[in-house]
Amino acid sequence: MRFVNVQKSYDGETLVVKDFNLDVASGEFITLLGPSGSGKTTCLMMMAGFETPTHGQILLNGEPINTVPPHKRGIGMVFQNYALFPHMSVSENLAFPLEVRKLSRTEVAQKVKRALAMVRLEDFGNRRPAQLSGGQQQRVALARALVFDPEIVLMDEPLGALDKNLREEMQYEIKHIHEELGVTMIYVTHDQSEALTMSDRIAVFEDGIVQQLAEPDVLYEKPCNAFVASFIGENNRLVGEVTSLSDGGCIVRMETGEEIDALPVNVASTGVRSTLSLRPERVFIEPDKGSLPNIYEAEVREVIYLGDHLRTRVCVCGNSEFIIKTPNALGHPVLRRGNTINVGWSREDCRALDA
Amino acid sequence: MNSTNLTTADGVPLKTSLRRAQRRHRLKAVLLVTPLFAFLLVAFVLPIMDMLTRSVDNPEVITYMPQTAEALIAWNGDGLPGEAVFAAAAHDLAKGSRERTIGHVASRLNYEKGGMRSLVMKTARKAKKWESGPYRELILAADKRWREPDVWLLIKRQSAPYTLSYFLSALDLRHGSDGSIESKPAHMKIYVDLFMRTLWMSALITALCLLLGYPVAFLLATLPMRQANLLMILVLLPFWTSMLVRTTTWIAILQSQGVLNDLFVWTGLIDDANRIQMIYNKTGTIIAMTHILLPFMILPLYSVMKTIPPSYMRAARSMGATAFTAFRRVYFPQTLTGIGAGSILVFILSIGYYITPALVGGQSGRFITNFIAYHMQQSLNWGLAAAIGSLLLGVVIALYMLYNRLIGIDNMKLG
Repeated sequence: MRFVNVQKSYDGETLVVKDFNLDVASGEFITLLGPSGSGKTTCLMMMAGFETPTHGQILLNGEPINTVPPHKRGIGMVFQNYALFPHMSVSENLAFPLEVRKLSRTEVAQKVKRALAMVRLEDFGNRRPAQLSGGQQQRVALARALVFDPEIVLMDEPLGALDKNLREEMQYEIKHIHEELGVTMIYVTHDQSEALTMSDRIAVFEDGIVQQLAEPDVLYEKPCNAFVASFIGENNRLVGEVTSLSDGGCIVRMETGEEIDALPVNVASTGVRSTLSLRPERVFIEPDKGSLPNIYEAEVREVIYLGDHLRTRVCVCGNSEFIIKTPNALGHPVLRRGNTINVGWSREDCRALDA
Repeated sequence: MNSTNLTTADGVPLKTSLRRAQRRHRLKAVLLVTPLFAFLLVAFVLPIMDMLTRSVDNPEVITYMPQTAEALIAWNGDGLPGEAVFAAAAHDLAKGSRERTIGHVASRLNYEKGGMRSLVMKTARKAKKWESGPYRELILAADKRWREPDVWLLIKRQSAPYTLSYFLSALDLRHGSDGSIESKPAHMKIYVDLFMRTLWMSALITALCLLLGYPVAFLLATLPMRQANLLMILVLLPFWTSMLVRTTTWIAILQSQGVLNDLFVWTGLIDDANRIQMIYNKTGTIIAMTHILLPFMILPLYSVMKTIPPSYMRAARSMGATAFTAFRRVYFPQTLTGIGAGSILVFILSIGYYITPALVGGQSGRFITNFIAYHMQQSLNWGLAAAIGSLLLGVVIALYMLYNRLIGIDNMKLG
């Protein structure tokens, strides 16, 4: 499936989707991640055929499908509230897509049985959806989207209504089904950890534009702009002005005067403002002098004990919301509120992004 | 641990303590519903009980001709009764005439057999002057109709304090001369036909309401908030207009010199001589009542449709169903409770409707209710009115139970 310069507007005044380009490989698990209102669900609806693009083309196997009605696209879909038909039993729900395809009765029964086995609900065929728990309903919805062997399955925040434990369990289950069946899955969520767990690639949406499309590790470690950096994972932001810029590095001066050596990612020239992005776990406490290009004095404001790691909030370079994550390992330095310490980080971990 | 042995900290059994704590709440709840309960009792339950009683109550003969009633018990119904009965009748008729109560008996007997009023009144007037017997000759001489055993059989039958004759009348049946139940002669049959007409016209009105209301309810449930609110106001607007105004507006539109006929003539659809009669007949009743009852169909439908998320239809379509299949197999079945609720509401309201059929129904578009009103106000045969009313109530209860059986009354929602 390909999206070429797709735009979508509902009211003729504002574009919900501004310029969407995406090339989904067969068998891939792609997640559209973004805050609510960023246009990700609209894109999904255009794939399914419930919305038509205002501009641009959607191609499926090289054929434009802009005008193909939803029921002829052969795309499975899992909805946010599952959309299981309440007046039908679980088996009838699963049989529905097969019956409208006019499959023979034995074939329907066989496929329904197989789909129920896939989601481990063999004994629940005669129940009504209302008699199932949230997780079971979710699995039925998944089975129903897969039962007619579609090439592509779309999922619109399918785990949003589940509690945390069940959600994590389902994430793995969906992931395993994906690996087993080799079906292409396009998944919409606003939960970044869900996206990181499941996806081959993630498209981060904001303001109708894909901000970055990359593998989970790239997205986390090498965000290409300030939005992605702050949206994926925890992130320390330091804002300053670029004073010098070379190929492998740049110097950004803070308002408080510190000059930080950073990796230029998304800065055009000297003189522009830039946001430095720094992951909390990449900050070192009391590094050896000279081992890192950036070493500054920091004042400890708060220490939070989280079991496996400690979060320390410090004030450094004028930013009092600066977080340092340290593993709760043997021999880690003990910090107290009010202590003054040195913190440092490398150039590669400190990415100079747009302001 | 046995739950009955549970006690609170100070040793009071837990159940007693709980009951005490809840007593205030219960009292408050009871006080809140008392006014409505009292109102319903006085304005609804008691009148219905009264109606049900009246439909079988038969006090006239036994109250105002008590001696005759007593004497007739001994009579076996063969030929004419004996002198004792005639004497009692003469005494009752004379007394009734003096006390001006015999008219009740005369009217009552007249319901069952034409001419009984004049017969009783005439004989009663004469009976005042009779000093002594033999009364048999006197009564038989007063009017030769007294020679018919049927007349005496009728009086004997109507001496019972309760009667089914009103219900028989309401079903176009009567007691034959031998006391068995037979159907009335064809020219006297009114009510069964009228019941049937009321039922099928109501069914038609219900069907029309459903046909017209379903798409509107669907629009209401699916349009964006602003448009939906506007549409809802349009649906409710008729509710805020006097029913008399609405009904008379239909007269203005549908009458032969009315707006619609003028339009037809103007467009050349029909010529001036052949204006269509659309009012003061069944057509008028059906059109006007469909209009008036439409909101009662739309609102329950809407309240059900509102709860069906659009994702059901989308899910069905994504699974390969055409829009029509998705509607038929997914959307429509989920609206069945709304269809049931709306239909039973409209149907029940419809069979009990009075004012609109009375105004625009003419002769052929009248409902059974118009005859209830007629017997209440014109013929003053309240017993018959009550019997027809009770039958109508029976139909409503039967429908209600059927609905409860099929769909469940819990599923009835009205907005």
